[in-house]
Amino acid sequence: MSATTDTPTTSAAPAVSEAILRAALSDHSRPPRPSAASASFTFAWRAILKIRHVPMQLFDVTMFPIMFVFIFTYLFGGALAGSPREYLQDLLPGILVMTVTMITIYTGMALNNDIHKGVFDRFRSLPIWRPAVLVGMLLADAVRYTLASLVVIVLGLALGFRPDGGPVGVAAAVALLLVFSFALSWVWTAVGMRMRTPETVAQMSMTVLFPLTFASNVFVDPATMPGWLQGFVKANPISHLTTASRQLMHGEVEMGSIMAVLAWSVALVAVFGPITMRMYARER
Amino acid sequence: MRSDPPLAIETDGLVKLFGPTRAVDGVDLAVPPGTVHGVLGPNGAGKTTTIRMLATLLKPTAGRARVLGHDIVGEADAVRSAVSLTGQFASVDEELTGRENLVLVCRLLGMAHRPAGERADELLDAFGLAEAADKLVSDYSGGMRRRLDIAASIAVTPDLLFLDEPTTGLDPRSRNQVWDIVRVLVAAGTTVLLTTQYLDEADQLADRISIIDHGRIIAEGTSGQLKASVGSGAFRLRLHDPDARPGAERLLARTLGVPVAVDGDPVALSARGAAPERITRALGELVEAGIVVEEFSLGQPSLDEVFLALTGHPAEPARGDEDDEQEEGAA
Repeated sequence: MSATTDTPTTSAAPAVSEAILRAALSDHSRPPRPSAASASFTFAWRAILKIRHVPMQLFDVTMFPIMFVFIFTYLFGGALAGSPREYLQDLLPGILVMTVTMITIYTGMALNNDIHKGVFDRFRSLPIWRPAVLVGMLLADAVRYTLASLVVIVLGLALGFRPDGGPVGVAAAVALLLVFSFALSWVWTAVGMRMRTPETVAQMSMTVLFPLTFASNVFVDPATMPGWLQGFVKANPISHLTTASRQLMHGEVEMGSIMAVLAWSVALVAVFGPITMRMYARER
Repeated sequence: MRSDPPLAIETDGLVKLFGPTRAVDGVDLAVPPGTVHGVLGPNGAGKTTTIRMLATLLKPTAGRARVLGHDIVGEADAVRSAVSLTGQFASVDEELTGRENLVLVCRLLGMAHRPAGERADELLDAFGLAEAADKLVSDYSGGMRRRLDIAASIAVTPDLLFLDEPTTGLDPRSRNQVWDIVRVLVAAGTTVLLTTQYLDEADQLADRISIIDHGRIIAEGTSGQLKASVGSGAFRLRLHDPDARPGAERLLARTLGVPVAVDGDPVALSARGAAPERITRALGELVEAGIVVEEFSLGQPSLDEVFLALTGHPAEPARGDEDDEQEEGAA
């Protein structure tokens, strides 16, 4: 840190030096425009800087997972699987999926909060690959999702979760989860563009995500559900993702559910990516 | 392009509708390169909407515009490569430090990591922000934010800079600093399109001024031309005794031969377009009539008067004053 005074800075503001200013202007050359990847990573860096300035922003990706693992393991464990430890083997991959998909909501909220600020006018007036702002944000969010996943897995291991797939299986499951979450985030960026306030974004996203996560195979085997609900649960991408995660973590890989998750991911980006970009390009 | 420099900004019947509202209603501008062009008008006149269209943030509903020879719709990317925008609400990221803001912009302009950092430090120095470099912008004063904003806009010196109300809300000292910065920029060859609702700002900085009202340009010219178009300068005087004003008004009207206006100030009178010798005579007659004149002035009309003469309403909406009076009356 440089030595700064606490006096009100306007009155003590050092005069703008004309000579220095003139010198600072002398260079007229314009560097070549950054590549799409470079611009995206720069925006990701911006998001990470913000987390560094306000680490409390990580509250959701640390406390949420801890709460979820504890509550659901001990609440349902005994009743559903005989013991919390037994239940955890099946539950943990599902809790991981639920936690991270829930956290994707914050992507839309942060975007909604951000987009109305003056700085977006600057971003939009720069000659850069236009989706870079959003892609960068989502890349930074992937870091948050990874952190949340780590919390869930470490806590799970401490409580007795023993994945047969080993570290590779667990890493593969997390990777698949990140892909799906990145894709799902485009839904919330579209919502974030559309809604007026971060609160309405959260309400809207919760209304969609709550039934998606609960009406799935995360907590219980769908076999006891009524037929119409079973139909929904089977089609639900969260169920596919949960199944794929369980299989990967326990080393019983079947391509069916993995392919279903990837197909859903591609479809989400293909539909909501352009919608988001259309709204982004349109004025505010 | 070099041999015959095109106009920096050229618009033809630019229109922007927001629903039924005609925010910009046929704006024509012609700004030669290397000049400062002021767009002067009250709040809601369409200044910001015009600038946002020219900076490719908004698509015009109708009309055409070329910025530095590039169509703002068809060649938006080429426009973006040559211009910078300093928005009305500081276009900087409050949640980052000043230095991070500048590095961010430099990186997005295509600079590599190290040059971006060096350029950021250079700009922080030039704009008197070196000491606050590592503070969050949310802790900056309005003047500092504005300077950072302009610094970000010239990270790579643009050919054209849009300044949207650059000094709105700033204290006089910060305002002078911003003016100094603009003058240096222009001296270095950058074209500036400046919007403002301050008449003295347009007067101070702009080579030519377009006066905008209700989305239309109602007058265009140099500050001197605009003033001259209203007629000769205003003659103003202030009396010692408010009770003497009706008498003075009758006397002035007779001697000056032009209409005499009584201001809100109970001792003030003004007249426009009177011949100087008549004014001299009228001052003598006031003395003979025993009416004490505290001060008087004769000058070029202010841009405020120009605005009033052109639009029939003052540049600064009088609404605020009336509200205050009503509130006082009700209390």
